[in-house]
Amino acid sequence: MKLLSLLVAVATLAVTVTTIAQETVNPGGLATIRGAATIDETRAADKLKRVIKDKNPIARNYVHQPPVIPHQTRGYRIDLNSNKCLSCHSWKHAAETGATKISLTHFQTRDGKTLSDVSPRRYFCVQCHVTQADAAPLVDNTFEPVESLGNE
Amino acid sequence: MLKSLWTFLKSPSSAAMWFILAIGFAGGIIFWGGFNTALEVTNTEEFCIGCHEMQDNVYQEYRETIHYANRSGVRATCPDCHVPKKWTDKIVRKIAASKEVWGMLTGVIDTREKFVDHRRSMAEREWKRMKENDSLECRNCHNFEYMDFSEQGNRSVKMHSDALASGEKTCIDCHKGIAHELPDMKGVENW
Repeated sequence: MKLLSLLVAVATLAVTVTTIAQETVNPGGLATIRGAATIDETRAADKLKRVIKDKNPIARNYVHQPPVIPHQTRGYRIDLNSNKCLSCHSWKHAAETGATKISLTHFQTRDGKTLSDVSPRRYFCVQCHVTQADAAPLVDNTFEPVESLGNE
Repeated sequence: MLKSLWTFLKSPSSAAMWFILAIGFAGGIIFWGGFNTALEVTNTEEFCIGCHEMQDNVYQEYRETIHYANRSGVRATCPDCHVPKKWTDKIVRKIAASKEVWGMLTGVIDTREKFVDHRRSMAEREWKRMKENDSLECRNCHNFEYMDFSEQGNRSVKMHSDALASGEKTCIDCHKGIAHELPDMKGVENW
């Protein structure tokens, strides 16, 4: 008899604990880039970020950094038929357009052999070069760019 | 019955001259209005994408561009770029469009593969047309004289005040592929 009542008490306790637990989901103190929202909430979407329209070249942060794109690239296609970036940034056109020329590294294969035109491994510009948006850093950090490249 | 109708049409009327002229004048208005309305119907986006060759290929490409949807909602649809606005040039183009009807009937670009094969020649035809009329269709909306260079970005200011102002280049020289995807650009000048 005592065992039975003990079992009933334990069962009741278990049921109450689980029902209470379901009402407040505990995220375990985890805040992600998504914010400190819990799984059962639908968080409002962030506003779309604006890309910088047209700016002077932005100083690089470390040597060999692919410079970021200081202008918008809406609708610029890079495919087998055409490469819109190269129509301003190739050596052929850069003098007329005033755009930054692609560096010699873009003509080299991965074995260091220099080709007479852009190397296929460097043809798809946006694999390394990105546009910039007016957005704050996602995570606070203490990164310092090198001074030699024009950063303060 | 036909003979009596013909006799009726042939024989002179008892109505006054002014009356007959007035009827003729009204008939002319109705005919001209109807003709023009029909012509303008063929000048709409809905009409152009009635052919699957257009709807499945160039229309889908155009939907991702700035002339389809943009910040201000000001659009350029098929006729704005491809049909001249002046009446004489428009009629010439409409008569030349019978070639397109023939092409549709004979299925020149009725599959995706055929369309892709023809893309370069079709593009070159349009570029040539625009170069010859000094990008008139572009200038229908984008009037160079009223471009505010203080509002444009660095690159636009440079290119427009150099090449465009001097008349050395016209819009289509640089702004290719603005509404539809580019063909194989090998050998195209300035690209």
